[in-house]
Amino acid sequence: MSTHDPMMEMYLFETNQLLNRLEQLCMDAERKQDISEEIPEIFRIMHTIKGNSMMMLLEDIGKVAHRIEDLFDKLDDISLSSAAIETIIDYNFEAIDFFKREMNKLELGGKADGSSFDLVQKIEAFLESISNGEKPMVPPVSSDQKYFIPPSDNQTSFIASEQATPDAYFARLFFDDDAQMENVRAFTIVHNLKDKAEDIVYFPEDIVENEGSIDKIKEDGFFILFKTSESQEEIHQYFSNLAYINNQEVNLIEDQDYDSILQDLKPKEEVVQAEPVASPPKVEEVSTVGASKQNFISVDVQRVDQLMDLVGELVVAESMVVNNPDLLGLKLNNFDKASRQLRLVINELQDIIMSVRMVPLSMTFQKMSRIVRDMKKKVNKPVELELVGEETEVDKNVIEKIGDPLMHIIRNAMDHGIEDPASRLEAGKDEVGKITLSASHVGGDVVISIKDDGKGLDKERIYDKAFEKGLITKPMDACSDQEIYQMIMNAGFSTKVEVTEFSGRGVGMDVVAKNIESLGGAIQINSEKGVGSEITILIPLTLAIVDGMMIRVADTIFTLPIMSVKESFIVSQDEVISNSDGQEMVMIRGTCYPVIRLDKHYDIKGSHLDHEGIFVMIEHDDEQVLLFADELVGEQQVVVKSLSKYIKKVKGISGFALLGDGQISMILDPSGFMMA
Amino acid sequence: MNTLQDEIQEIKDGMDFDAEKYLTFSIGNDKYGMDIKFIEDIIGVQKITSVPNQPDHLKGVINLRGIIIPVIDIRVRLNKELRAYDDRTCIIVVNMEDASVGIVVDTVLEVVSIEDKNIANPPSYDQEGDNQYMKGIGKFKDDVIIIVDCYALISES
Repeated sequence: MSTHDPMMEMYLFETNQLLNRLEQLCMDAERKQDISEEIPEIFRIMHTIKGNSMMMLLEDIGKVAHRIEDLFDKLDDISLSSAAIETIIDYNFEAIDFFKREMNKLELGGKADGSSFDLVQKIEAFLESISNGEKPMVPPVSSDQKYFIPPSDNQTSFIASEQATPDAYFARLFFDDDAQMENVRAFTIVHNLKDKAEDIVYFPEDIVENEGSIDKIKEDGFFILFKTSESQEEIHQYFSNLAYINNQEVNLIEDQDYDSILQDLKPKEEVVQAEPVASPPKVEEVSTVGASKQNFISVDVQRVDQLMDLVGELVVAESMVVNNPDLLGLKLNNFDKASRQLRLVINELQDIIMSVRMVPLSMTFQKMSRIVRDMKKKVNKPVELELVGEETEVDKNVIEKIGDPLMHIIRNAMDHGIEDPASRLEAGKDEVGKITLSASHVGGDVVISIKDDGKGLDKERIYDKAFEKGLITKPMDACSDQEIYQMIMNAGFSTKVEVTEFSGRGVGMDVVAKNIESLGGAIQINSEKGVGSEITILIPLTLAIVDGMMIRVADTIFTLPIMSVKESFIVSQDEVISNSDGQEMVMIRGTCYPVIRLDKHYDIKGSHLDHEGIFVMIEHDDEQVLLFADELVGEQQVVVKSLSKYIKKVKGISGFALLGDGQISMILDPSGFMMA
Repeated sequence: MNTLQDEIQEIKDGMDFDAEKYLTFSIGNDKYGMDIKFIEDIIGVQKITSVPNQPDHLKGVINLRGIIIPVIDIRVRLNKELRAYDDRTCIIVVNMEDASVGIVVDTVLEVVSIEDKNIANPPSYDQEGDNQYMKGIGKFKDDVIIIVDCYALISES
């Protein structure tokens, strides 16, 4: 991205945002089978894309947007049949895909060289058919479009007219109020005009070098004097197609006047101002793009990360000061007051910086509905996707990594899970398959689940295949359902005989497993034959700062995420019972909980755990375990530092944390202690 | 110690690769050397927090100005008898592949430059023993300096 100039970067950022919004609008319209509500906004978005693209000299993109804009302009006063709406929405999606492809090329530093010819023609044909009041016919779809044909000359909308002698024109252009960078835009216009005109003289002359020219252009307009062989109409047309042009006057001038106007233009601006303004510029309402002004700035994620790290250090530094051993035993009323204030501010700062990184899942979910939409046509299964909890916010890292896994799971659900309509009716289900994609916060985790009401996983077949591949050696009865289902996460594992466009190669779930693992998450698969399956993904909310409870074992300090601590208590050692395997247990309120003595578990010497200590009950996934430690040290927020790659991964330890006094504590991962 | 560190920084800034510079340190009566281009810092020994279930040579982790880095004891690596840490004990922090690791040595001595021609290949009779951490044997003035292989020292087993 760094290779782009700022303008291009801005353009890409803005256009991508608009495209996402556009996609969402189209999905909405499709669901309702009514586009009337969305027309104005789609129109506005297309207008903006057109304007921006034209300014960036991306003609093909601009042209597509322009055609769609035309289309929507017409739609306002035509009532539409549902078939027509569908066609329109299809065109929109096609256009979105085209834009996205081009954006992608640009992002990678390439050129947007895809040709919009096919698409533009299709839309034009359609436009003609509806504006003639005919029954909209669906124009032939050329099955394989070639996007890399450079636009040939006859596609450009400017056909040189046969007029031999060039006429001189005098044009005065006004930009939209919110156009910005008028000078650059003006320069682009002049630059483009060079293709079809000669003897171009413009005022203000110093548009590129002098930023001040922006004000002049805003106030008086941008004057261009040129000679061209095109007709006045064509020129007029050309200017109105330009981005952000609000008002234009184009006048044909006689040869004798040419010189005098040239004289008028060349000298100072007084002369220009003196020129009578034929019609005062009127402000067009339609062109005020982006009615809801965005209060966003784009920030490099790396900087946010840095900020996050710093806040983390600040938290540590604060407790270093407040818990400084030098202060021990001193009575410091004012200091305590001030430090409480500091704590409050830091807490707030921390919350805010965390929230900066949080992004709602809605965008990702929206993409999934798009995938379902596209796929259901291809696999010929009516499927309805229900989205629940789209507003759930997760860390930016999670958003980036969750997209692919969700896509794979949903594809699988559609391709393997949901049966074809006939078999569904036979099984007494609704003809339309249903996939529910839901997200919610549960404790410190984000839970995303994908549930379908299809035929469910075929346990026997998965087992057979796994056995055949040597992934399972136990007999089937000895395997839990979970164990068997987890097999589908293995690379290259597929029970499908046939490979389709969407699935069957067995790579998908492997990607799912890898991505989720890298986020520190877990996957659960539940399925019932004939009823459906549900895949649940658990991802920790954030990985950076943890509210921890410190427990001490000899001189080692462990940090437990407070979220997972249920309770702590002291019981006498007599109440500890052990079973035949030597597994110790304590009975509390009628339930037996296994005990893990941390000193033995991690081979720490010097603790006196045989006699006294404290039990801490931790919970993970509805499973509880008692940890036995010397004592509770306290509660603190700690910054999680990941394990260095030179340190062997230890079960139950997820990272390190720095304590207030600079000591290092190990963060325990409750899931590593569960007996299962 | 600071002066030595400054010296290392200076050398690293204007590094010239013709005559390799080595930081020498002692283990018992032997002198060892380490290529200074990997060296990030030299610090006195500080409290090492041990981490369970790690190989013997990995003594634990330390807090180096807010960054937690693992520390290995070179004596374990070289199969030497262990020795209690004292105030001459140093931790040499090396940075390889963007990860820092501390190496505990008895004490650091000085920075010397040894030309390549004065470095002999290590004897090859014993691949199993401590030789795998040895890169060569250098001569400097009257001393013999065993040059260690940083990569081998810090990478696993």
